[in-house]
Amino acid sequence: MKEIKVAPIKNGTVIDHISCGMAFKVLKILGISDANVDSTVSILMHVPSKKAEWKDIVKVEDKELEPIEVDKISLVAPDATINIIRNYEVVEKKRVELPNVAVGILECGNPNCVTNAKEPVETEFVLKSQNPIRLSCSYCGRELEDIEEHII
Amino acid sequence: MSQSFERRDVISIHDFSRKEIEHILEVSKKMVPIAKGETQDFSLKGRILSPIFFEPSTRTRLSFETAMNRLGGAVVGFSDPEITSLKKGETLADTIRMVESYSDVIVLRHPMEGAAKLAADFTEKPIINAGDGAGQHPTQTLLDLFTIWMEKGSVGDKNVVLLGDLKYGRTVHSLACALAKFGANLTFVAPEVLQMPKEIVEYVKEQGVSFNQSPDLEKAIGSADVLYVTRIQGERFPDAAEYQKVVGIYRVDNELLKGASKDVVVMHPLPRVDEIHPEVDSTPHALYFKQAFNGVPVRMALLALILGVVK
Repeated sequence: MKEIKVAPIKNGTVIDHISCGMAFKVLKILGISDANVDSTVSILMHVPSKKAEWKDIVKVEDKELEPIEVDKISLVAPDATINIIRNYEVVEKKRVELPNVAVGILECGNPNCVTNAKEPVETEFVLKSQNPIRLSCSYCGRELEDIEEHII
Repeated sequence: MSQSFERRDVISIHDFSRKEIEHILEVSKKMVPIAKGETQDFSLKGRILSPIFFEPSTRTRLSFETAMNRLGGAVVGFSDPEITSLKKGETLADTIRMVESYSDVIVLRHPMEGAAKLAADFTEKPIINAGDGAGQHPTQTLLDLFTIWMEKGSVGDKNVVLLGDLKYGRTVHSLACALAKFGANLTFVAPEVLQMPKEIVEYVKEQGVSFNQSPDLEKAIGSADVLYVTRIQGERFPDAAEYQKVVGIYRVDNELLKGASKDVVVMHPLPRVDEIHPEVDSTPHALYFKQAFNGVPVRMALLALILGVVK
């Protein structure tokens, strides 16, 4: 009999095919901590995968992701899939997609970039390459290092 | 011409194709007699330029103001942020929205990178970037190209040595990219800690031009047509100890120039401190004061193109 380590969820989102070791980054992006959720969040780490050798999975009950959250997840887990579950059924399944222009989801790592001053402007990064992910600031031109550390 | 110049922003040298830069150089050449006061042209009469300078500047501000005045236009701006509402905490975005209602074109210098693009986001009036932090300074690049082009007859086939602070010096970043676009052969001479940033080196590589990196000036100068010297800028160094290690490391004097071609020209965006000995000033190699003058015709050309009185 197939072993079920984590039970299926009734309603919510399953984020599958997260790059191995990145599950906690995904939780950080979603702003999930034990203080602010009322439903169950399951984290599976180092799960055997058909696509890659290992993967992480995050299941968030009673929450469907906003497009901006999906864009942010693509920056740390570019191969992830988002499954929307309603009444135990997968009603929507899509792969995350790296945006060509990332607006308002990252902060620039250059402390002297004008977007880090108190100006009424959203940050903007242009995708220079997908693998590895390389993004450069449309304002100061600087390439962003440690992308996950700069997600807003 | 791929795009009209009228009402365009000038944020980065990358905003222009090689063909467009060549057009700016041609127009600049026609401006030289007007810039010298030999002939008169008041085609910008009734137009207003606002230089807004949040950082000190001598040449850039004066040459923009001279350029506007030579073409009959007026200048209304400031160069001392101490007396402006910035001191009261006004954002750059708000300053720009205020200034745009007073003028036809805004020239901005600001200590933060990306400031010119931000300014352009908040106004329909053309913004000319006169230096944003360690970022871009496209009109300096245009006048540098103009100086080489006028002096050497072309840019593309020349051996250009860029010397000094290649890491923090904003003029050399834009210039290296533009020279590569024109197919010049480049040598970057600097101590390792001040070498050209990797994104500039990558861009130069992509253009397929020949280039070298070396700390050895004496070796590099032998085949140079142009020696472009920069000051090692203490104010942009994050660490004073690092600055002390490299300041004064290179000095261009007549002894050094004996090892160069007799036609080599020495350029410098100025101000210089001690990286070029004053004895060089009186030799035919010294081009830096002419280069400073060239800021006027080049900025005249840009203003005339952007304000639509020259196509």
